[in-house]
Amino acid sequence: MAFVSDLFVNSWNWIAVQLARFLPPWAAELVMMFAGVVVLIAFLLFMVMLLTLLERKVVARIADRIGPNRVGPFGILQPLADTLKLIIKENTEPAQADHWVFRLAPAVAVTAALMPYAVIPLGRGMVGTDINVGVLYVVSISSLTVIAILMAGWGGCNKYSLLGGMRAVAQMFSFEVPLALCLASVVLLTGSLSLVSITEAQRELWLVLVQPVGFLLYLLCGIAEANRSPFDIPEAESELVAGYHTEYSGVRFAFFFMAEYINMFTVSAMATIMFLGGWRGPFVDQLPVLSVVYFLLKVHFLVFLMFWFRATFPRLRIDQLLSLSWKVLLPIALANLMLTALADKVAHRAGLSRMASAGLLLGSNLVLAGVAIATLYLVYERRRAPSLSRRYEIHWH
Amino acid sequence: MTDDERIAEELKRNIFLTTVDRIYDWCRRGSMWPISFGLACCAFEMICAAAARFDLARFGMEAVRATPRQADLMIVAGTVTHKMAPQVLRLYRQMAEPKYVIAMGACAISGGTFRSYSVLQGVDKIIPVDVYVPGCPPRPEALLHGIIKLQEKIERQSVRTVPWYRKA
Repeated sequence: MAFVSDLFVNSWNWIAVQLARFLPPWAAELVMMFAGVVVLIAFLLFMVMLLTLLERKVVARIADRIGPNRVGPFGILQPLADTLKLIIKENTEPAQADHWVFRLAPAVAVTAALMPYAVIPLGRGMVGTDINVGVLYVVSISSLTVIAILMAGWGGCNKYSLLGGMRAVAQMFSFEVPLALCLASVVLLTGSLSLVSITEAQRELWLVLVQPVGFLLYLLCGIAEANRSPFDIPEAESELVAGYHTEYSGVRFAFFFMAEYINMFTVSAMATIMFLGGWRGPFVDQLPVLSVVYFLLKVHFLVFLMFWFRATFPRLRIDQLLSLSWKVLLPIALANLMLTALADKVAHRAGLSRMASAGLLLGSNLVLAGVAIATLYLVYERRRAPSLSRRYEIHWH
Repeated sequence: MTDDERIAEELKRNIFLTTVDRIYDWCRRGSMWPISFGLACCAFEMICAAAARFDLARFGMEAVRATPRQADLMIVAGTVTHKMAPQVLRLYRQMAEPKYVIAMGACAISGGTFRSYSVLQGVDKIIPVDVYVPGCPPRPEALLHGIIKLQEKIERQSVRTVPWYRKA
């Protein structure tokens, strides 16, 4: 029973002990490292398959359709069929492509998408390595994706892919700033950059309860970072064919597809760790194996929100998107960071109890939300085009 | 029952045997991604087939690709004029193998009512067509029937004889 209560960690340790019996310590450690990498990648590939199926099913239900149900029972083998088909399909390459860049881009995209999982804790004691600058690492690695997308856009020798790549760079740089600021306010409150300690710090209170504005901003910026609808202008099919992966077919396209879904999972996982208490949940101390379940449940809830967004909102224009980032999200994120620092300092100086200081933080956050909404309303109400009847001075009698 | 027979029985229960052809055809049949592409009024019946009432997504076909590189199926839905024919041909050539074509509606099959200087008398004059779906325009059920026929056609293919692995 004790073994089962923390199944994954215990079986991992058991394998390590068995290996250490007949291998020298350094070799055992090396084997375990590689095993960890393989397990993580396999887990993420499985998640990608699951997410593609879930997305098609969820979006279909929202559109009052049924969704895939022909391949396998209830269509659960649909992702398998898609993957196999993409592997079988011909690899086209334009004659004038920048061949090395063109071929490398999909690999760079997937590598950049996989790297954050070295530090993301998927459950209690289930983390690749707990480095003390985990947040910084994840933020900087996730901006590597931009390079892969730019390589794909340049390498394809196609005007649509180049435009898509350029747009992706503009978009991801703009949204990285408010995203990092939201994370900074969490770091300020928990006093740590390590993802494990941030999870530990939320033992009593999930940070979403003291930082609702930060959470919403992070979610918005994260959706833009992962190039998901309604911010999917790098691959807007009504303007840019398929954006940066226009010239990719077969397995190379599958790599980009995979990278996109892993990025989506990363954004949700980070939001879960920073704001929703990571793997924390009831009875997790007695039964640590539950921690994985809680973590995946929270992540999938956020992923479901993303699918919901995709099925609900129309795509933004590029100028609307950039002005949203620089003129709306960035000021709110900055104000949030400053207000959080101020409220935290005041709570410390006044020697408030934990609950009272949490209340102070939440109150300041809600005031900020109110002021932000009021300002936005005043600014954009004035700018809104006058109604037709006022513009043409029609008087209805 | 001898030991050998018992072992054979046990193996049959635990090992799933299949052929390369079966997997090869199964996955291509189960995920035919059409290219988003419509020429005339038949396109609306095609859109209707993708919407809530008929739902192409059941066949895993709602992943409509905007780029020909990632598409498997071209549904030529509508009148192909001589002005449009080069673009249709170019899109077909840009598609990656294996690729299939459905000619949807009377115009795509034979020019339909347009016996005219400006209309191509059937899209099969420029690209090879796998399934013809007659009608003016065909109803979504007819298109679905054509797609199922195409799936049956794919199931009859074999890796050994398909044209795209042969030298030209």
